[in-house]
Amino acid sequence: MSVHLFGIRHHGPGSARALAVALAELKPDLILVEGPPEADELVALAADEGLRPPVALLVYGTQEAEKSAAFWPFAVFSPEWQAIRYAVAQDVPLRFCDLPAAYKLGPRVAKPELDEEHFDPIAGLAEAAGYEDAERWWEDVIEHRSDGLSPFEAVAEAMTAVREQHPGIRYDLIREAYMRQVLRAALKQGHERIAVVCGAWHVPALAEPLPSAGADAALLKGLPKVAVSATWVPWTHGRLAHWTGYGAGVASPGWYHHLFHAADRPVHRWLVRVAGVLREQDIPVSSAHVIEAVRLAQTLAVLRGRPLPGLAELTEATRSVLCEGDETRLALVQSRVVVGELLGEVPPDTPAVPLARDVAAAQKRLRMPPQALARDLDLDLRKPLDLERSKLLHRLRLLAVPWGQPQERRAGKGTFWESWQLAWQPEFAVDLIVASAFGTTVAGAAAAKVAETAAEADLPGVTELLEACLLADLAEAQPAVLDALNRCAAMDTDVVHLMSAIPALARTLRYGDVRGTGVDALIPVLSGLVTRVQLGLPGALSGLDDEAAKALAHALDQVQEAVRLLTDRLELRDEWLATLLGLVDRPDVTGLVGGRMLRILRDEGRLSADEVQIRLARTLSVGVPSATAAAVVEGFIGGGGLVLVHDEALLGLIDRWLSELAADSFTDVLPLLRRTFATFAAPERRTIGQRVRNLGGATARSGSEQDDLAGLDLDRVAMVLPTLKLLLGSQSE
Amino acid sequence: MTITTDTQPVLRPHAEQLYAHELAALIATDDLPRPPGWRMSPQAVVTYLLGDGDQISPKYIGPRRLMEVAVATLATDRALLLLGVPGTAKTWVSEHLAAAISGDSTLLIQGTAGTPEEAIRYGWNYARLLAEGPSPQAVVPSPMMRAMQTGAIARVEELTRVPSDVQDTLITILSEKVLPVPELGNEVQAIKGFNVIATANDRDRGVNELSSALRRRFNTVVLPVPSTVDEEVDIVARRVESLGAALELPAVPDSIAEIRRAVTVFRELREGITGDGRTKLKSPSGTLSTAEAISVMTSGMALAAHFGDGVVRAADVAAGIRGAVVRDPVSDAVIWREYLETVVRERDGWQDFYRAAREAE
Repeated sequence: MSVHLFGIRHHGPGSARALAVALAELKPDLILVEGPPEADELVALAADEGLRPPVALLVYGTQEAEKSAAFWPFAVFSPEWQAIRYAVAQDVPLRFCDLPAAYKLGPRVAKPELDEEHFDPIAGLAEAAGYEDAERWWEDVIEHRSDGLSPFEAVAEAMTAVREQHPGIRYDLIREAYMRQVLRAALKQGHERIAVVCGAWHVPALAEPLPSAGADAALLKGLPKVAVSATWVPWTHGRLAHWTGYGAGVASPGWYHHLFHAADRPVHRWLVRVAGVLREQDIPVSSAHVIEAVRLAQTLAVLRGRPLPGLAELTEATRSVLCEGDETRLALVQSRVVVGELLGEVPPDTPAVPLARDVAAAQKRLRMPPQALARDLDLDLRKPLDLERSKLLHRLRLLAVPWGQPQERRAGKGTFWESWQLAWQPEFAVDLIVASAFGTTVAGAAAAKVAETAAEADLPGVTELLEACLLADLAEAQPAVLDALNRCAAMDTDVVHLMSAIPALARTLRYGDVRGTGVDALIPVLSGLVTRVQLGLPGALSGLDDEAAKALAHALDQVQEAVRLLTDRLELRDEWLATLLGLVDRPDVTGLVGGRMLRILRDEGRLSADEVQIRLARTLSVGVPSATAAAVVEGFIGGGGLVLVHDEALLGLIDRWLSELAADSFTDVLPLLRRTFATFAAPERRTIGQRVRNLGGATARSGSEQDDLAGLDLDRVAMVLPTLKLLLGSQSE
Repeated sequence: MTITTDTQPVLRPHAEQLYAHELAALIATDDLPRPPGWRMSPQAVVTYLLGDGDQISPKYIGPRRLMEVAVATLATDRALLLLGVPGTAKTWVSEHLAAAISGDSTLLIQGTAGTPEEAIRYGWNYARLLAEGPSPQAVVPSPMMRAMQTGAIARVEELTRVPSDVQDTLITILSEKVLPVPELGNEVQAIKGFNVIATANDRDRGVNELSSALRRRFNTVVLPVPSTVDEEVDIVARRVESLGAALELPAVPDSIAEIRRAVTVFRELREGITGDGRTKLKSPSGTLSTAEAISVMTSGMALAAHFGDGVVRAADVAAGIRGAVVRDPVSDAVIWREYLETVVRERDGWQDFYRAAREAE
């Protein structure tokens, strides 16, 4: 009967390699691994080839009130994973021996030990060895070794020495008491060779002779019981790099993965891989580069007194030689190689995740059973039940589970109607497992996912996300999205981009209250955006081709619309129109855009009819090329001909310009004009035609409204007024 | 400290003269292996540059790893290219590296638009050439050629200002370590210990980019701008003070607040993010180096001293800052106004600067 303690470092490739060798030598008949005992039954799933690391054990509270969860991520280079693989391959029983996760997930009252500062034993040892950087020391003495000698005895000795100085925090002591209890039970069951795989820190506490069982039992008395379940979820290298919940996040999973897999010459192989990634990006990197990079890394290691170049030296060599000092290329190497983009997989028969349970519960509560057959659903958002349904569908769409597809609105009119087509597909179950890494509830996961997506999205993408946040009622994701929006707005130099972000924001702000979401945070963002547009607009008005001019004219309309929509909430209108007023007379403004600005200013009453006429007359005079003039006309009257119906002076102006065009210029501008007039409704065109026939005739009236009034019989007009008032429902006298 | 040569005090002694005692002390105690042709071990060179907190004064204040990479590069007998905006101590570092490794920092080729090939290869003593015909005595060696013959470090300053065809004469020297002299039918082979340190500006306009063939023969080390506001304020304040003294400007009290402001503006625009990390900004096309902040502050002091009441105020520096930021009249002007409207206007205690900057538009 013997117990073998393997003190490892979580996610240490050197530990993993040494452990694999040691287990094969020892041939244990029981393996105990530091991990949540709730997950014991999940070990068997590791035999399935479909379970591919990086994966994480997820343990979560199943009771409604306790929605907490904890993750234990494993990469292929994690010693724990190697132990699991050995166990399933050799058919050796494996049990997790850490304190049950239920303890951590339970009510947090009266557990001050969870907040205690954890002493970093490796930092202590590194300091003793004269290293400033604990990671580097551990890498030098453990992870970079490939000589096959077992490091476990030395590690155990060193840790024993450390623990004499630092006995450990209470939480650790409780955990170790539990581990000892598991070990005692295993011994009692008569196992011959027991391998214990745990963090190096715990090795001295499990060493024989074990203290009396009574003391441990006393320490463990009254542990809170919370109902929990466990499952496997896929993990990524990226998340492994950010993860700190396990006490040992790794900054460079790609590097550890490489160290674990490289057969020999890890330095050379690593730089060759880096060169390969750079070449994929069409960055010329020759073999000579790689040779020089290897030499520099090795010289640096000698200079720094390290046995082998580590990641720090390799990064310096990459920066200095392969990337030629360029930080953007180095950033690419960091994300592609040092962290890596590996995504784990879990087999389809993995137990359901809490997120899936949450969805199922919501489906039951909202009376929307998942059905494979597509069916239509119309929602009236004024009803609380329908509003909840809409939110669920929107949230699931954000989690890439497109159960409902939004449809063109069928039923009724108004913004409070939504139409969906529902079809539940079996692969949604897998999508939910993938999404479960973001959280345990639909709302929480959707918010986390939105926040993560927003961090990398561009301006149009972020705006879309913001609207989606509103539809899905994810208030907690909004700050992250607004941050991203601010960042994008600051970095985007394309004014049209900035402008096209405004309408969505304005809509959100205007209608947000309807859905009861807090949107006040939007106000500074929106006014900042309008300020940036106002500053950037002057530089964006000239030298545009047809397409760009059309896009800008459209964007102008949208911003105008947005600014008008918000008049009662946010006073941007004066500033915005003043900007346009300052630009409208610039001679180099592209015709279409100039015409559009003129029209906006006219409609808003910033330019009087006479001022508009003077400007149009100037544009339509002989000095201006006919194509430019036609573009101005298109910009000015585009999208509605009523202005020509009501303002005869303008009509006359355009008519005169048109009739005075030389024959060949007329042919040039005809397509443009046709395009403009074709957008008008038929009655508008007819009325304009009639007006043109009467132009300058005896019955023609001048364009201004005062003159119109002068010709009216006021007594007869007064007779209609009561009826009009009735029709318009006006209350005022 | 007064440094004198044999007879007359020189204005600026070389590094190996100024720090002769430190170099001697390091060489005396250095028992680590030295690369062939080096006067001390690579470890000792790093110590010389960064100081040991005791006898050896720090020459470069910045990340240790940069100096380690630079020294390791030279030890692998690769050429070293120091990149960085003006005022990041490129020349200073290269001089001290040469002084420590070869004991001679004078083998210097100053790169300009007019640098001829002879400056890198060799020239001729025409009187002798005409009198005797081509002979080794008629050759006038360049600093590069002398470095090869003596196994020392040659320095090329502002390599990107040198015309491209002249730059490329370096290729053979760096890859073959040989300088052919076809007129004499022979060549100069470099002695062990020879190497080249070049410096270049990476954000300068109107320069000749290195050809990829040449670039490949260098390891690149980018020297960064000062890493914190305080460090940079300190550098600017010292330098402004010493410049002010040299120009004999009347003493201007309490300009530290304006220095801090100028440095803050420069840093924020340079890094494209506000100091509190909350707002992203666009960066203008200018370099906005520490050196420029120094010149803005010096002229602000001159303005205050000669035309103002002797106290540097926002108005004295606003126009200078705008001038440094707006290099491209169209795009930079937008960036500057965006910065004023979105950052400066809202900031507590910056209203005077905002007004002054708006007036300077």
